[in-house]
Amino acid sequence: MPATLPDGEPMPPTGELPGSALDGAADRPFGVYLHVPFCASRCGYCDFNTYTPTESGLDQTDYVTAALAEIAFARRVLGTDRPVRTVFVGGGTPTLLPPGDLARLLAAIDDAWGLAPDAEVTTEANPESVNPASLKTLREAGFTRISLGMQSTAPHVLRLLERRHTPGRAAEAAQEARAAGFEHVNLDLIYGTPGETAADFDRSLAAAVAAGVDHVSAYSLIVEEGTRLAGRVRRGEVPMPSDDVAADRYLAAETALDAAGLHWYEVSNWAADDAARCAHNLLYWTGGDWWGIGPGAHSHVGGVRWWNVKRPAHYAKLIAEGVSPGAGRELLTGEDRYVEDVMLRLRLASGIALADLRDGGPPAARTALADGLLDPHEYAAGRAVLTLRGRLLADAVIRDLLT
Amino acid sequence: MPATPGVNQPGATDSGAIRNFCIIAHIDHGKSTLADRMLQLTEVVDPRQMRAQYLDRMDIERERGITIKSQAVRMPWTIREGERAGDGAVLNMIDTPGHVDFTYEVSRSLAACEGAVLLVDAAQGIEAQTLANLYLAMENDLTIIPVLNKIDLPAAQPEKYAEELANLVGCLPEEVLKVSGKTGVGVPHLLDEIVRRLPAPVGDAQAPARAMIFDSVYDIYRGVVTYVRVVDGHISARDRIKMMSTGAVHELLELGVISPEPVKSGALGVGEVGYLITGVKDVRQSRVGDTVTINTRPAAESLGGYKDPKPMVYSGLYPIDGSDYPDLREALDKLKLNDAALVYEPESSAALGFGFRCGFLGLLHLEIIQERLEREFGLDLIATAPNVVYRVVMDDGKEVVVTNPSEYPVGKVAEVYEPTARVTVLAPNDYVGTIMELCQGRRGVLLGMDYLSADRVELRYTLPLGEIIFDFFDQLKSRTKGYASLDYEPAGEQAAELVKVDILLQGETVDAFSAIVHKDKAYNYGTTIAAKLQKLIPRQQFEVPIQAAIGSRIIARETIRAIRKDVLAKCYGGDISRKRKLLEKQKEGKKRMKMVGRVEVPQEAFIAALSTSDSAGDAGKSKK
Ligand SMILES: Nc1nc2c(ncn2[C@@H]2O[C@H](COP(=O)(O)OP(=O)(O)OP(=O)(O)O)[C@@H](O)[C@H]2O)c(=O)[nH]1
Ligand SMILES: C[S@@+](CC[C@H](N)C(=O)[O-])C[C@H]1O[C@@H](n2cnc3c(N)ncnc32)[C@H](O)[C@@H]1O
Ligand code: SF4
Ligand SMILES: [Mg+2]
Repeated sequence: MPATLPDGEPMPPTGELPGSALDGAADRPFGVYLHVPFCASRCGYCDFNTYTPTESGLDQTDYVTAALAEIAFARRVLGTDRPVRTVFVGGGTPTLLPPGDLARLLAAIDDAWGLAPDAEVTTEANPESVNPASLKTLREAGFTRISLGMQSTAPHVLRLLERRHTPGRAAEAAQEARAAGFEHVNLDLIYGTPGETAADFDRSLAAAVAAGVDHVSAYSLIVEEGTRLAGRVRRGEVPMPSDDVAADRYLAAETALDAAGLHWYEVSNWAADDAARCAHNLLYWTGGDWWGIGPGAHSHVGGVRWWNVKRPAHYAKLIAEGVSPGAGRELLTGEDRYVEDVMLRLRLASGIALADLRDGGPPAARTALADGLLDPHEYAAGRAVLTLRGRLLADAVIRDLLT
Repeated sequence: MPATPGVNQPGATDSGAIRNFCIIAHIDHGKSTLADRMLQLTEVVDPRQMRAQYLDRMDIERERGITIKSQAVRMPWTIREGERAGDGAVLNMIDTPGHVDFTYEVSRSLAACEGAVLLVDAAQGIEAQTLANLYLAMENDLTIIPVLNKIDLPAAQPEKYAEELANLVGCLPEEVLKVSGKTGVGVPHLLDEIVRRLPAPVGDAQAPARAMIFDSVYDIYRGVVTYVRVVDGHISARDRIKMMSTGAVHELLELGVISPEPVKSGALGVGEVGYLITGVKDVRQSRVGDTVTINTRPAAESLGGYKDPKPMVYSGLYPIDGSDYPDLREALDKLKLNDAALVYEPESSAALGFGFRCGFLGLLHLEIIQERLEREFGLDLIATAPNVVYRVVMDDGKEVVVTNPSEYPVGKVAEVYEPTARVTVLAPNDYVGTIMELCQGRRGVLLGMDYLSADRVELRYTLPLGEIIFDFFDQLKSRTKGYASLDYEPAGEQAAELVKVDILLQGETVDAFSAIVHKDKAYNYGTTIAAKLQKLIPRQQFEVPIQAAIGSRIIARETIRAIRKDVLAKCYGGDISRKRKLLEKQKEGKKRMKMVGRVEVPQEAFIAALSTSDSAGDAGKSKK
């Protein structure tokens, strides 16, 4: 969750949703996101809503109590029974919590709505914050998927990123996860870090592949405002990451991952097969419903988006008073939904149906096709799907399709 | 001792007691500050309302610390000392601007006066606009009172400059008055001398009324306010007045004098300066230079008018948001009401849309109009690079006057004429060499050189006007450590080897960047603009060549490499609202782009590429 919250209208204290948001809810997939806002230290590039133990103003037990309370609150607001198809525990570093706490939280979600039989249950984890025993506990508690922040195997890159783990630790943790019975394991990579060479990144890719995971996310390093990294770039201590370099790295990722049998299904995500894809993220990208528990968590139900207050202590206080921790919300108009749909779906390998494009969309799609940004076979079959070059220019294509 | 009872009665003032004068000087020599002291000594301004440069009323004048509009003020005065002490008089003082762009304001002020206070900064001595304004005053047969100002300054050299000034105006050094507008020293004596030395206006009180319009201002509350100087006869508030050029007759709504706020009066008589309001909404019906008479007893012959000021530089003004075009038209119409020198006509540009080609007196004038349009009318504008007017004669004898470079005719050109200017540069003699070098580099022809004193030189040149309106003054200043001052006036035209340079983006000419330049400078212009654009235009999805060309001959080339990555490749979780808003902002930004073929050019690129780096506001100023 990025650090700043959007502007929106105020959230009603009851958290109550307009009736329309719940119409037909039973037929829409439903997921739960749980935000754990703690990290042992903050990485220099990171602007996620996360706090070190000294900063948070809320201790971990009180956080768990508050999150359990919001689960109950959510159950009351949503009313209907809805099997939970996906759970995603993200952060922060969820694995800073004792595995038992994560297990309790998952059990509470199961109690509230019931997990679907084939539910995907992911937790993010930092490589240094898991071990074979904790992984085993998590697996036994019902977690089916783990996503580890590897970022790089180059020591100087990890240092610049201010990561705490050793170069080899992420791949090792991935193997431990597989040994603990996790069928689905993801590694996050960051490319384009100043000082990272093409060979550095090739080695990181090779290490991720060699770890035998069935999913890789590769993100281009973004210098976010207000981070230590941004300060260093501003002061000229570190050069600004270059988009041209990032483009080269992206192509390298595509080549190496595809060769290893990991195929792109979203701009930054590659998976071995359908089952390996992150169902929870796909729910975000295809307009599904989910409730986000925890400070700064975002939710979406039937065209209503809302977001919780960011500060953990503030969050805990509101939920303890039985008041919605929502800081603001947004009721999407038909136009908003269309814009989001194009914006999110075009990033997917499944793309968007040409027939769904409005206004200036169809001619813009023809231009993008002529420019080699849309795949001709898919186009002939009635879909707008990005080519490799198109993926690198996805934002531009999206802007064009929406004019 | 400001007034003698009975004398200061508008409409009933004996013309023998009236003195009409203006304060003229080089920029910043202290005209408005001296005027402040006069306002105080004559007690026309409430001490609580007093502020520095009281007559610089426009925000833009106050911010820049310069006078743009002349201001006339009626002040009562009784001679304090010496001969005729105790005699009462009525003074009409006009504070004028010093900047070369506003010489026109000075000329029409002069026509309302019998005398001029020629002010010279006692620490600077004579400067270029001192000469220029003095010559204008002499052409108008005004009596000159030479005055040294700022004698309080430690660096002042009153004796030295009294001599210089006396030489210049042809008087004795003792006759040069010495004042400080800052401390007020010498100002009462100056006022006494104004009454003693300047002639009273002469006119026939019995003749049909004739009043000269020397200014005309649009006021949103009162409509058009017309400033007049009565030459003959008498205008009373009950009269119906007639404009002699058009024959139009208007009811008078109000008549009065400015002191320095408007004061209504029943009448204005011979020699008096005042204002009238008729309720017309259009300043063009109340043209500067026209003669006002009385409908029931009209004068037979009008007074000599003014020459309309001729614009020296042209620039296209375009609203950044195309839908503001009607607002821009309205705003220009309003500004035109107060500014006869502003001319404009609609034009359109493939790159910039609909706008106006506007003519200005100089770059400062352009800058001020643009700033007023933006500030007072809330418009966001792009101004194309300023240019002078060219006359192009074709092989077939046809003639085209080009005020917009993109309209330079295609086909066989026989001859191109560019406007020239007579330039006067004043500087310490150490800098003569470097000034000559600069003028030669700008195709200048030396007309003559004179020593004003042992170490002060006046250089006279003819230069192409197009060579001086851009960075000439900046160059002059930096090469003379700020000690040179500059004045120029139009001086006809000359044939020259000029070419039109076009700038092409992906093969398409961007009309807003076309320029007419001397053939020796074409390459320089082409490479400079191409390099600027290369930096200013963001990378596109495809490679964009930028070319500079004369006709079909390419003289410079740059390339904007294609953008390779334009995608947020980060984990953004469930915060989709923020991502959508970011996208919407980008879409807004895209709308503000101007399309040149398929190339998206940000407004900022046009603005930055078209801006001349110098600040026009300084032209004509000398080092402090
Ligand atoms: N020390 C000193 N400074 C003065 C005196 N008179 C004017 N100044 C300063 O000189 C500067 C210019 O004064 P203005 O009165 O604005 O000059 P101006 O001639 O009206 O200038 P323009 O209208 O732009 O041509 C200001 O900073 C004044 O404070 C003076 O007698 N002594
Ligand atoms: C929600 S974060 C948390 C994961 C976990 N705490 C960790 O760091 O291992 C998920 C991923 O986002 C990516 N990420 C975070 N900040 C980023 C940035 N500024 N630029 C690019 N990727 C970033 C990292 O790859 C990180 O692993
Ligand atoms: S560990 Fe992950 S969430 Fe925590 S600061 Fe680092 S990148 Fe951000
Ligand atoms: Mg002034």
